[in-house]
Amino acid sequence: MSNKPERDSVVRSRRNFLRRTAALTGGALAAGGAARAAQLPIPPTNREPGRVIDETAYGMPSKYESHVMRRRTDVLKNRQNLSDWSMTPLQHQPGIITPNGVVFERHHSGTPDIDPKTHRLAIHGTVKQPLTFTMDDLVRYPSVSRFHFHECSGNGLTDWLKPASTTVQQTHGLLSGILWTGVPASTLMEEAGIDPRGKWVLFEGADGSAHTRSIPMEKVLDDALIVYAMNGEALRPENGYPVRLVIPGWEGNTSVKWLRRIKVGDQPWHFRSETARYTDPMPEGKWRQFSMVMECKSVITSPSGGQQLRGPGFYEITGLAWSGAGKIRAVDVSVDGGKNWREAMLEEPIMDKCLTRFKVAWNWDGGPAVLMSRAVDSTGYVQPSVQDIQKVRAIVGFVQHHNAIQPWSVNAKGEVRNVIGQA
Amino acid sequence: MSSAKLKLLVASTAAAAAVWGCANMGGGMAAKSSNGIPLGSSGPHVVQPLPDRPRFGQPISEADLVAWNIDIRTPDGLGLPVGQGSVAEGKKIYEANCIACHGADAKGGSVYGAMVGGIGSFKTGARVLTPGSMYPYAPILFDYIRRSMPMDRPQALAANEVYALSAYLLNLNGLVPANAVMDQNSLPRVQMPNRDGFLIDDRPDTKAVRCMTNCK
Repeated sequence: MSNKPERDSVVRSRRNFLRRTAALTGGALAAGGAARAAQLPIPPTNREPGRVIDETAYGMPSKYESHVMRRRTDVLKNRQNLSDWSMTPLQHQPGIITPNGVVFERHHSGTPDIDPKTHRLAIHGTVKQPLTFTMDDLVRYPSVSRFHFHECSGNGLTDWLKPASTTVQQTHGLLSGILWTGVPASTLMEEAGIDPRGKWVLFEGADGSAHTRSIPMEKVLDDALIVYAMNGEALRPENGYPVRLVIPGWEGNTSVKWLRRIKVGDQPWHFRSETARYTDPMPEGKWRQFSMVMECKSVITSPSGGQQLRGPGFYEITGLAWSGAGKIRAVDVSVDGGKNWREAMLEEPIMDKCLTRFKVAWNWDGGPAVLMSRAVDSTGYVQPSVQDIQKVRAIVGFVQHHNAIQPWSVNAKGEVRNVIGQA
Repeated sequence: MSSAKLKLLVASTAAAAAVWGCANMGGGMAAKSSNGIPLGSSGPHVVQPLPDRPRFGQPISEADLVAWNIDIRTPDGLGLPVGQGSVAEGKKIYEANCIACHGADAKGGSVYGAMVGGIGSFKTGARVLTPGSMYPYAPILFDYIRRSMPMDRPQALAANEVYALSAYLLNLNGLVPANAVMDQNSLPRVQMPNRDGFLIDDRPDTKAVRCMTNCK
C-alpha cells in the first residue's frame, strides 16, 4: 500500500458541493462563472438492476471510496512494521465517529490473533481475592457504552517547528472517535476486593510486547473501562480483540490492548514504557513523567493540507476539538493567521473527553489566507501555540503531547498547505 | 432492593461524588492521585443499580499465576527472579539473539538504533536515548528484555540469559565493569545516570489566552 500522501482529496466533493450551492442560490456564489449544465441523461443505473443481496457478507464501502484508508506516515519510516503505526483519514471523516476500518493503529509488536474461548483476564496482587475471568464472564456483567476520543501521545510529533507532513491524516491521524462498550473496571476491582494499600494498577497485554503501564487507582475506579466492543461490534484485532482497557482522555498507550492481566500494587512500576518512552523532554536535560492526560486540542479537517479549493466563494471550515480534561466549551477560528478570531458553531452532542465537531462559514475572497482553530475546554484551558509550548518545554527529538494550534495556508491558486511553525 | 442495601448504595454514591466532585469544579487538571499524578476530570458514573452484585470471577491462587507474574518493580527490583549472568555470557547471548536487528556491540543495526552512548547528551540539542542514557533504574533492562525480546520469540529467554544480557548492555554503556555479574541483588544497585532526570507531570504549563481581535 502506498505511503504517498493523498492529494486533491476534496476536489471531487468540493466541485459537487459548489454545484449544489450554485443550484441553491441561483448561481450567485459560482464566482468561477460555471457554464450552464447540459441536459441530464438518464443514468445507466436507472436502466438495469443492481447487485443481488449477498446475505452473508460483511458490507464494505463503495469502490469509489477506496482512497479512504489508513496510511503510515511518509515522514518518519520505521524499518519494520511490528512496532509501528497507521493513521486515520480525518479529512474524510464527517461527524465525530471513526469507522472501525480506519481507526488508527499503534502496536509495539504487531497484532495478535487471540481466541476468545481460551483468553483469560486475571486480577491479582494487592487485592482480597485474585480472580480470573473468561470472555463469557465479562459480557455477562451490566455493560456501559461511552463515546470518547482516542489519541496517541505521539500524534503530531513529526511537525513541531517546521512542516514535514502534507495532510491532516499525517499531522493529526493518530486520533479517532469511538463508542466503547464494556464493563467499568471498578466492577471487577470491587469483586476482587479493594485493599486500601493498593494505590497503582498494572495493566498488561497478551501481545508479543506484553505492553504494560501503571495507572493510579483513582483513575481506574473513576472511569476506566474493560472494553470488548467498539462502534457496535466486537473490537477489531488491531484495536485489542477480544478485550482491552480504555482510560478515557489519557494518552492512547495507557489503554492497554489484548488485556490479560491486572495487578494492584502500592507504587508505580516505572516500566520502560513510562520512563524511556512516553515521557516528555523538558529544559535542562530533564524529562516529564506520567503526563497522561491529553490536553485540549483542535484541528481544521477541511480545508486542510493537500486539498485544493475550487475558486473563491463559500466554504465551510470544519474540524474536530477534544480534551482529556473534560468537555469542549468553545472553538475559535482565524482565517488571517491568528490576528483575528471568531467563535465557531459547536455541533451537538458535546460530550466529555470526546471529539466535538465545529463549523464556521467562510467566503474565500481568492487571496492568501491562513486558517487556524483554537479550542477552549470546560476547565478554561486555552489551546496553546507552538511558541507557547516552546516557552515551557524542550522541543528536541521525538516530542510527545503536541496539542498546539495547526495553521493551514491557502494561496491564490487555492492550494492548502501545512505551515506549522511558519505562521 | 432492601433498605439497608439502598442506604449503602446511596452512601457510596455520595462518597464518590464527594471525592470526585471537586474534579469538575473549575479545574479538571487539578485533581491528583495520592502520588500527585494529574488525573484530569472525573468521568460519568451512571450505572444500573443492582440489588445483588453479580460475581462471575473464578478465584485463583498467586501460585497458579506464576508464569504470568513477570513484572519487575524497577526502582527496587521487586519481582526479580533467582539467577545470574555475566558480561561475557551476555556478549555470546547477544550475538546469537540480538545482533541481527541491533548490530554489533549494540551500536545499531538493520532495524533499530544504538543501545549504547548518549550519556551526557540530554543538555545538548540532540538527545541520544539508549538504555544507558535514559533508564533511571537498571532492572528496567531485565523487565523489558524478558517481556518483549527477542522480538521474534519474546518470553523465551531464561532468567540467567536475561541477567547476562542486562550485564552486557550495562557494560557497553560503561556502567558496570567487564567482570560484573548481575543478579537480583546486584542489578537494582547499579547507579543509572538518569536516575534523577524525571519530574512528575505538572501540567497545565502553557499560558495561552483567548485573544479575539488584533492578536499579533
